[in-house]
Amino acid sequence: MEQTNNTPPQSPILKVENLSRHFVSGRGKKKTAVKAVDEISFQIEEGETFALVGESGCGKTTAARTIIRLYEPSGGTVRFDGADISGKLNKADRQRVTDGMQMIFQDPMSSLNPRMTVKDIVGEGLKVTRPDIGKEELLLRVNHALEAVGLTQEHASRYPHEFSGGQRQRIGIARAIITKPRLIIADEPVSALDVSIQAQVLNLLNNLKKEMGLTILFIAHNLSVVKYFSDRIAVMYQGKIVETGEVDQIYNNPNHPYTKSLLSAAPIPDPVSERKRQRIFYEG
Amino acid sequence: MGNNTVNTIMKDNMTTNNVVNTTTNTVTNTQRNSILSVKDLHVSFSTYGGTVNAVRGVSFDLKHGETLAIVGESGSGKSVSSKAVMGLLSKNASIPSGEIHYDGSNLLKLTDKEFSKIRGSKISMIFQDPMLSLNPVMKVGKQITEMLFLSGKIKKKDAIAKAAQLMKAVGIEDAEKRFHQYPFQFSGGMRQRIVIACALAGEPEILICDEPTTALDVSVQAQILDLISDIQKKRNLSVIFITHDLGVVAGIADRIAVMYAGKIVEIGTCDEIFYDPRHPYTIKLLAAMPDMDMDGSEELISIPGAPPDMLYPPKGDAFAARNDQALKIDFEKEPPMFPISETHFAATWLLHPYAPKVELPPSLQKRINKAKTESKKG
Repeated sequence: MEQTNNTPPQSPILKVENLSRHFVSGRGKKKTAVKAVDEISFQIEEGETFALVGESGCGKTTAARTIIRLYEPSGGTVRFDGADISGKLNKADRQRVTDGMQMIFQDPMSSLNPRMTVKDIVGEGLKVTRPDIGKEELLLRVNHALEAVGLTQEHASRYPHEFSGGQRQRIGIARAIITKPRLIIADEPVSALDVSIQAQVLNLLNNLKKEMGLTILFIAHNLSVVKYFSDRIAVMYQGKIVETGEVDQIYNNPNHPYTKSLLSAAPIPDPVSERKRQRIFYEG
Repeated sequence: MGNNTVNTIMKDNMTTNNVVNTTTNTVTNTQRNSILSVKDLHVSFSTYGGTVNAVRGVSFDLKHGETLAIVGESGSGKSVSSKAVMGLLSKNASIPSGEIHYDGSNLLKLTDKEFSKIRGSKISMIFQDPMLSLNPVMKVGKQITEMLFLSGKIKKKDAIAKAAQLMKAVGIEDAEKRFHQYPFQFSGGMRQRIVIACALAGEPEILICDEPTTALDVSVQAQILDLISDIQKKRNLSVIFITHDLGVVAGIADRIAVMYAGKIVEIGTCDEIFYDPRHPYTIKLLAAMPDMDMDGSEELISIPGAPPDMLYPPKGDAFAARNDQALKIDFEKEPPMFPISETHFAATWLLHPYAPKVELPPSLQKRINKAKTESKKG
């Protein structure tokens, strides 16, 4: 799984080694463990967009949540910028991680607190990481973040229910970029949005990536969106990464039978190739 | 776009109005007879905020044995129109005008009792989330036989045999054993198969699929789409397929209707919609989807803004506010349906003879050219 040939000289921004996350239920004889993420390894270089694809239940979201420590890892290490962040963290390290890594969630309806104003939602991350920040500077930074995602200052004092799905996802993005992170984990950021809005959000992410030099871990199941958006792809199946590679390599020349079947199932907006297409089935 | 042109287009309304009247006739005049025809359907909901005009004059025909896809984003009225056909609208809905003709009668004039003879046995529906449309505390076999008992006199033994047969037909292996299981013991795709089996139990003529694959994975989605088109061919069903994803319908639809803000803005055969889109909304919708040939260096064509609030439907063309090619008249007067071919119609002033010529976005043009050369080859 290790990518050696294309590695640029600098060290990777995120290096995941044998990361596992098991969910244990029951006790005694009934004890069962679901290996949601099972010893996955990959690394992400600075400025790169790395995509995790796979069907629901394959562990891609669990992997992302374990990396950012919303779940505790069951095993393996995660190195962010050279430092191990999968074990116990001291205050300084924790600060560095929370500042440097942010997440965008799938459902913009449920990921924003309905009782907080946009200003509070977006500013909360900064307040936590910089308790000494002044009120005025906080507001200034919030406004900057809102402008960067195409919202205005007037939106700052409103509540999430006053916004449409696309706008809420923009608020989620503003919340992620306010700490000036180096790595953003985008967990299916467009799959809950309408097609016409999807393109807006994708373009926004693309521009932010260029302007801020962001590195993105992109999680999605829509293969054409992944193809458009990412540089490298890892295909996950039942908690394991079955194939990693450059976008073109995966799409033009898939090696693993599961990747082939996934690609053959992706709907194409083109009747002629849809009619001709052969589906490949994979029973794991 | 100067004022002059607007005026000439306005003057020219006389002729275009004639066009409108002929459209409904020409749609029906193609080879196959229509089994269901919806004429100028209006549906509105009374809410605390006021009246929401969800569907504002929808007309279409469903022909024998065809798959008609209705595509549109959330809030465009696609589900509401199909629920009106099924008589499943919520209590605060009203249908101020319109007709739905099926089998010689207007469905909107039927009593509840008369309608329940049609619902499920003549017209069936599959919903988006199979977990919500199945009863979680009832064995799946019973849910299918329940449909059979409703649709006619049948012995219990025969019903069970038939249900098992239906389960096999929708691709459930081990049907005798699965018959006695509960919905939670099935995966999402399998559940949707059960829902399809229920829908087929009454041997309907029309099957309405309301986003049947949206809650499913890509690979399961492909299987369910195959199943639906397979069943459609075997049983000669007429299918209305509702979705927000144009990619999904490319393989299965015979005709596509694109809806926006409660209206059909473009309708045509599958190839016409994908390779010769005329309405700016259809064009943008197609261009907004990244395809396998694009990479991150190209900016996606996005549609600015959001769909209009149907509490206050906009004047003129509802899409005008989000359309960079909008003409002045778009904000003033609603465009009629302009015919492009015998089967292809679009409601946009851009098709008026005086309107400026529209060029497709380069990325979309490239995709269409590629598809054309490929179809010549193969």
